[in-house]
Amino acid sequence: MTGAPPNSAFRDEELLADVICRLIGDARHVAVGNASPIPATAALLARMRGNGRPYVSLLQSRKHNFFTDGGRELFDCAGQGRIDVFFLSGGEIDGEGNVNLVGIGDHDKPKVRFPGSFGAAYLYYVVPKVILFRTEHSRRTLVPKVDFISAPGTSPANVHRTGGPIALVTNRCLFLFDRDRRRFCLASVHPGQTVAEVLDNTGFDFDRPADIPTTAPPAPQTLRQMREIVAPELAEVYPQFAAAVFGIDRSR
Amino acid sequence: MPVIAATLEEALAAVTDGCALAVAREVSGVAMAATRALIRRGVKRLHLIALPTSSLQADLLIGAGCVETLETSAVSLGEFGPAPRFTAAMLAGAIRMKDATCPALHAAFQAAEKGVPFAPLRGLIGSDVLAHRPDWKTIDNPFGADDPIVLLPAIKPDVALFHAPMADRAGNVWIGRQRELLTMAHAAAKTIVTVESLHGGDLLADPLVAAGILPGFYVEAVAVAPRGAAPLPLPDRYPADLDHLAEYARLAATAEGFARYLEQHVHDRRAA
Repeated sequence: MTGAPPNSAFRDEELLADVICRLIGDARHVAVGNASPIPATAALLARMRGNGRPYVSLLQSRKHNFFTDGGRELFDCAGQGRIDVFFLSGGEIDGEGNVNLVGIGDHDKPKVRFPGSFGAAYLYYVVPKVILFRTEHSRRTLVPKVDFISAPGTSPANVHRTGGPIALVTNRCLFLFDRDRRRFCLASVHPGQTVAEVLDNTGFDFDRPADIPTTAPPAPQTLRQMREIVAPELAEVYPQFAAAVFGIDRSR
Repeated sequence: MPVIAATLEEALAAVTDGCALAVAREVSGVAMAATRALIRRGVKRLHLIALPTSSLQADLLIGAGCVETLETSAVSLGEFGPAPRFTAAMLAGAIRMKDATCPALHAAFQAAEKGVPFAPLRGLIGSDVLAHRPDWKTIDNPFGADDPIVLLPAIKPDVALFHAPMADRAGNVWIGRQRELLTMAHAAAKTIVTVESLHGGDLLADPLVAAGILPGFYVEAVAVAPRGAAPLPLPDRYPADLDHLAEYARLAATAEGFARYLEQHVHDRRAA
């Protein structure tokens, strides 16, 4: 991304973490699952700004994780409505908010295999604000229809569903999800990107208001907070990411 | 009484060809030294159940041809990318995959520890995870009205295997707050634990410590394996060996590289 003056230059990851931090809003408990360094950055930033609110649970962390009843406690918490925000990605995400974390082709002998569904087939239903994120915004990842539904974006009225997607954050833009209409709406386009590029690289149809703003870049203070306070905490769980994005030496 | 085994091989006798073997997630204490011993022995046709996910352990066992069926929610090397031997085996149709979701595995193990045949779970309805699990059933909540809910059969593994910081001579194992290890051991017919070291006293004597103990009652065998989780981390004891994991990801990208890794780190006992 380009267009930022040199004295406030920021990395894509910092912009996305800032966008996600704003989406978290006011929450009591934010949980972050596997392979989610950018959402983890956003959640720790939100906690720092809120002087300890929200509670943040990084699933793979020893330090940023207060659970004492094993791996099931997170899911039991979510089932009771004790988790307000969670994050999901997907090998494929479609325009109805369905996510595919399993693969493409025949399930038993696929053409492409992803790691698996993790907690998605449960948490997507019971966490009120699920923020989807995908750092590769392309027709390969944002597809008309996912090949395997790890978790559906919406459910019929009789299915117990207290949660679901609220937004999709990519390296190109921010979409908001309308659960009633089962569609994404383009909310803002990141600096250096255009609506035309978003259209070219999105495999699904989405709503486009007449006027689509540019995503606000992270404020200098936000960048300082991320780099100086959040990044060293992140290194415990995401050493490679913290080293690559924030220059945190993993041996410290 | 639990056996304090003299060798890993002796402790692992209950892990027979074709058995249902439950193993722990990466952050709970993975018995990697024991896994290498199983590969050296050439265990076959395992029904591997990873509660609820796996990384290097499942990838190694699959690559070494030890696994017939895999039941888990995800296999990945985390920051080091996809699990290459798992991925290759799936693309080749070489293993049977029972895709799950994390809380489904936790719930199915909890059903087994309660001695009941199934556990209900929210979510799942409308997913292809459910569509590919004919062993999972959807019923109408008998206490509600038009409220479909999924039932999962209990998972009763033949053997649970994990690594922990310490055990005493009565086989009481200190697991700290990695409490899914308790559930796993309660659910399994037999539990085998490798530990960093043996504790001279009685781990149940101090109530502060006792809360973090798996009682020896559930334990079949204990073996001492210093750094037995490495190159994976052991909570509060040592971190992951990132250089080793990076080398694994690089080598295991090809079948030839994986064979070289096995030769260097599994079959060469000095390196293991």
